[in-house]
Amino acid sequence: MSHPHPTREALQQEAAVRLATLQGKALSSRDRMAIPSQDMPSQSPDARRANMGEVALGYTAEQARLEALRCLQCKNAPCIDGCPVRIDIPAFVKAMAEGRDAEAIAIIRRNSLLPSVCGRVCPQEVQCQERCTVGKVLKSVDKAVSIGRLERYAADLERESGDFRLPPVKPETGKRVAVIGSGPASITVAADVRREGHAVTLFEAFHKPGGVLIYGIPEFRLPKTIVQQEIETLQAMGVELKTNFLVGRTRKLQDLIDKDGFDAVFVGTGAGLPKFMNIEGENLVGVFSANEYLTRANLMRAYDTGRADTPIFKSRKVAVLGGGNVAMDSARMAVRLGAQEVHLVYRRTEAEMPARVEEVGHAKEEGVLFHMLQNPCRILGNDFGLVTGMECLRYTLGEPDDSGRRRPVEIPGSEFVMEVDTVIVAIGNESNPLIRQTTPGLAVNRRGNLVVAPETGKTSIDRIYAGGDIVLGAATVILAMGEGRKAAASINALLATPVA
Amino acid sequence: MHKILSKEQLSDDVFLLRVEAALIAEERQPGQFVIVQVDNQFGERIPLTIADADPREGSITLVFQTVGKTTHKLADKPVGDSIESILGPLGRPTHIERFGTVVAVGGGIGVAPLYPIVQGMKKAGNKLIVIMGARNKSLIILEDRMRALADELIVCTDDGSHGRKCLVTEPLKELCGRSPKPDLCVAIGPPIMMKFCAETTRPFALRTLVSLNTIMVDGTGMCGGCRVTVGGETKFVCVDGPEFDGHLVDFDNMMRRLRAYKTHEEAAHHQCHLDSDLSRLRKEGHS
Ligand SMILES: Cc1cc2nc3c(=O)[nH]c(=O)nc-3n(C[C@H](O)[C@H](O)[C@H](O)COP(=O)(O)OP(=O)(O)OC[C@H]3O[C@@H](n4cnc5c(N)ncnc54)[C@H](O)[C@@H]3O)c2cc1C
Ligand code: FES
Repeated sequence: MSHPHPTREALQQEAAVRLATLQGKALSSRDRMAIPSQDMPSQSPDARRANMGEVALGYTAEQARLEALRCLQCKNAPCIDGCPVRIDIPAFVKAMAEGRDAEAIAIIRRNSLLPSVCGRVCPQEVQCQERCTVGKVLKSVDKAVSIGRLERYAADLERESGDFRLPPVKPETGKRVAVIGSGPASITVAADVRREGHAVTLFEAFHKPGGVLIYGIPEFRLPKTIVQQEIETLQAMGVELKTNFLVGRTRKLQDLIDKDGFDAVFVGTGAGLPKFMNIEGENLVGVFSANEYLTRANLMRAYDTGRADTPIFKSRKVAVLGGGNVAMDSARMAVRLGAQEVHLVYRRTEAEMPARVEEVGHAKEEGVLFHMLQNPCRILGNDFGLVTGMECLRYTLGEPDDSGRRRPVEIPGSEFVMEVDTVIVAIGNESNPLIRQTTPGLAVNRRGNLVVAPETGKTSIDRIYAGGDIVLGAATVILAMGEGRKAAASINALLATPVA
Repeated sequence: MHKILSKEQLSDDVFLLRVEAALIAEERQPGQFVIVQVDNQFGERIPLTIADADPREGSITLVFQTVGKTTHKLADKPVGDSIESILGPLGRPTHIERFGTVVAVGGGIGVAPLYPIVQGMKKAGNKLIVIMGARNKSLIILEDRMRALADELIVCTDDGSHGRKCLVTEPLKELCGRSPKPDLCVAIGPPIMMKFCAETTRPFALRTLVSLNTIMVDGTGMCGGCRVTVGGETKFVCVDGPEFDGHLVDFDNMMRRLRAYKTHEEAAHHQCHLDSDLSRLRKEGHS
């Protein structure tokens, strides 16, 4: 990078000066668009390569105010249509522009339960910010109002001030709801159902709750304390948490209703089945699924070599396969765990990468080397079964496929060898088959995802609802939350009607 | 939290713990295992087979050898202390039916997971021939309990300090030659033993089940760390297993994967051992 990395103080200074010039003025649209979009303060690439701390540090008060002032308050509010849970974006941004931060977070909370999380991990550039008029006029989505960063600012302010009030819980109804999994879909259902006064038990297979937010997304992108706090809020509301409980094995799904007397069940078990490439050499020592690599590093804290009992593979040269958030997280984790070289290998080009643009930028700043239009066809090993390299092929882009992205086409005879000692496969997740295998009558689609009624989230079995990645396939936090809201509303409606 | 109700030292480095785990005791079936974590902050997650369970008392029995950090920590825990996390029962239960004559081979600590399978097979009306082997007498565990179940019990030690002086594959081969030959073999023990049991029964086309104890993290099918190659396909031991057709398992790959976290030098060192084990087995005519 040619520019020196701007410090948070420098960005704050700059914003303060600019803000002073605008004080007390009535701003025209032209004035608003003349305000430069505010950069997110972040740890310098050199520093963060060697720590697990959060990379993006969050706007300063001046920056947040200034960024909010860039919003044109469009009457038709295209941004709201881009938001999967339809947050009243212009209203909360206006509140922030006018310094009413507490009101801003209250507006966000009407639609979103996890603003601290979504403000950090939502792919805003393909949601609200993609539709933003400011970005359209300035001909770059990068110049859109940074809605996500503003959301994060408002949510962090509330959290850090400690004056978060517990959502009120209605008097006990005596009804009981089992929520399976503890990712964003389940957290949402637990909160919404508990608010109606129903008893809620959260069943989680791992020893710690939070789903992908805990075991998958690394600390440097989403601090674990934020997720823990969301869980603590649920517990303070009276939600019971049972960890180390694998539904399907510790108890069958149907038995939760038949034997244990739950009145309804929500299945939010996520998309936890790693895909492999099915190529030669994939079971060599040194090949990992991203799930395994990240779980060891995040959930099991293997990075803390002095204290953690869980080991992590010592790598010198790492190849990460894939182009999504999971691939970026794995590559950036490998950097932090001390790999000398980290290569990201993707079959298409950067334009087709599903990862958040910000993560791609961060990965590059941290020295991850991008290799586009390449893919391994074979993983090579030595006599000890250890990975020594990958044989790769080069690709070009052909016609668009079902997903609308141009299909990668291999170039015959383009084989070459990339020397690596570790391969992390991050090409996606399918749904874990355990629940469907142990629950007769539960309808699934061709890809193994649970089939639910679109308006209610109800599965093929009465009293059993589902949402999040187990229904959508590997998707996003915000969609999981949206699905959870819908299913919770159906469960609340079901439990409100007296049993005949 | 799972309270430790009793503790027994079965040999120099093998321990038996009876721990509280009511739901697991109720649901578990032969062949299944649990994931144990001594402490949730920094502890690792390791798979241990359920050797026995008492649903009325709400307890399960775990038998383990002290080989790593977690098993040493477990062995150090006094009765009355607790284990923070136990997840289970995991894996597919053993398919139990009346096969006829079943040969059950247990090597070292493998006798523990074999025990509930022998129990189940016996209950289903099978004739049970049990072969137990270990390096020496002090490493033979659960002999009395097995004797109480087995129709025929063969004990062997490498050094002849107890029972026959031979490897388990020797009596196994003899049994394969009997007529009628046994209907099923179940072999549980160190990977190298399972591998050679499978090689012993292969020429006789005797169906041989093995139970694999790979490295695991979640134990729920989420990470793929436990994967093995079976019949050319990748399988996850924690959800597709732990039992597989021994004639189809790629044991060499599995043994290498078990060593993944030892240093590369150690891997090289280990390879020497494997080679000497191999040549020893070859010398004794098993290859
Ligand atoms: C590395 C990584 C990075 C990502 N980055 C982003 C991002 O930047 N932005 C974004 O929007 N999305 C991102 N995603 C996707 C996002 O995290 C998921 O879409 C979201 O977490 C799905 O939520 P969920 O509630 O459906 O399930 P999950 O979060 O997957 O939670 C499911 C939980 O259920 C538990 N469980 C599973 N089976 C059982 C069972 N039988 N019994 C009990 N418990 C069970 C699991 O242990 C898990 O804790 C990322 C995903 C990964 C893996
Ligand atoms: S242990 Fe993770 S998939 Fe089997």
